[in-house]
Amino acid sequence: MNMLTIFKRELTSYFTQPTAYAIVIVFGLLSTLFAFTQGRFWDYGDASLHSTFFVFHPLILMILVPAVSMRQWSDEHYTGTIELLGTFPVKMGSAIIGKYLAAAVVWALALALTFPMVLTVNYLGDPDLSTIFSGYLGSFMVCLTFLAITTLISAFTRDQVVALISSVAVCCLFTILGLEQVINEVRRTGPEAKSAVELMTKVGIFSHFFDATQGRISYTSLLYVFGLISVCLFGTNLALKSQRA
Amino acid sequence: MIEVTGLTKRFGPKVAVDDLSFSVKKGEVLGFLGPNGAGKSTTMRMVTGFLPVTAGEVAICDISMIANPQEAKRKIGYLPESAPLYNDMTVQGFLKFCASMRGLGGATRREAVVKSIETCFLENVARQSIGTLSKGYRHRTCLAQSLLHDPEVLVLDEPTDGLDPNQKLEVRKLIKNLGKEKAILFSTHILEEVTAACTRAVIVDQGTIVADGTPKELEAQGDGSLYDLFHKVTSFETPAA
Repeated sequence: MNMLTIFKRELTSYFTQPTAYAIVIVFGLLSTLFAFTQGRFWDYGDASLHSTFFVFHPLILMILVPAVSMRQWSDEHYTGTIELLGTFPVKMGSAIIGKYLAAAVVWALALALTFPMVLTVNYLGDPDLSTIFSGYLGSFMVCLTFLAITTLISAFTRDQVVALISSVAVCCLFTILGLEQVINEVRRTGPEAKSAVELMTKVGIFSHFFDATQGRISYTSLLYVFGLISVCLFGTNLALKSQRA
Repeated sequence: MIEVTGLTKRFGPKVAVDDLSFSVKKGEVLGFLGPNGAGKSTTMRMVTGFLPVTAGEVAICDISMIANPQEAKRKIGYLPESAPLYNDMTVQGFLKFCASMRGLGGATRREAVVKSIETCFLENVARQSIGTLSKGYRHRTCLAQSLLHDPEVLVLDEPTDGLDPNQKLEVRKLIKNLGKEKAILFSTHILEEVTAACTRAVIVDQGTIVADGTPKELEAQGDGSLYDLFHKVTSFETPAA
């Protein structure tokens, strides 16, 4: 009940301020821009949108998700409203999940509103819609993961800029570790780098993202995403508690 | 209604509140006096369950804040020192949100919001965004949220801070009236408020109680002046809490 109240308040807050509109517009513009420039949409003729559209999402999201969610807990510390939340008869866990889900809904909307890309490939060709759906699922998994990382980091500081820079750094790390170009560079250093390559593939978000976008949602990927989210949200609870101790 | 026994709070090596004990009964308004950094706000944060205690016990209406915080918090209305609010909400929206967080719904919630808006004279700004309010209105909005669920215990941290003289008078009257039916703990460093609104007062210095009594008893201890007593029993400079 309380989780729903906080969820509603947060979701309303995204729409009464320009935040949600900024997410939708900036994400829509950037993802389309990447598709038509770096993704060479016209040259590839990729109807699944995998290598022209979805592949750039982690790169955009690693910056945009922290930019939007940096204030999630740092603002509560800064304005002191954490003191209100902490004295309401509500478990902090409900507040954390309520806020997290509200942000997740806004990102789901931002992804959904890129539907003109789907309409375009449908007009131009005959794409497999289930593959496109998998692509969206993969992107949403990345959103959820980065959102959880930002939530955790924002619980440690009352300074939004610190929250932003630290979150972008961590999200970048998770993205870069799994980038094919980076992994190839490490692989080139010799056979002793094999275990490092394996670790990078497992820890980096790209391999899990690629699996999902190609419709191969494995247990490992689900465990990776939901494990990371659980650890971050549980960590947020501990961070908020420890700051009051 | 409020029973505080041996309350202690340490932040690392620093002792902010040191073995504090006091009680506030129904119909009592306890003024919590002390210089800045004396441990008033830290005590209030522990009483309301925001800060965990290092040692000691807090009971609200015989419910332990340490063992059963959710139930104990239901009994309290709390106005934090800085009167924190969500600036993106309207006054009415914020009060509705707080009422929902307090478990009120439907008609009960509507009535509670209307009543607290009336009590705190917020009719003129009810639909206004909190971010555009003056300090006085902000303070009263936060005071209004503490009254929504008609709590048995009120904890008010400097409730008249930032108000103009007329508003101060109204809030003191309000506290005095509410104090007939509730147990109120309120902190201040304005000594006139003790005689104006309190049935009893304690003076806190460096985390310990250094004077306790009715306003008249305290005045007598200070040879007819609360100011003199305050000067006598409190240190000139206290470290920040």
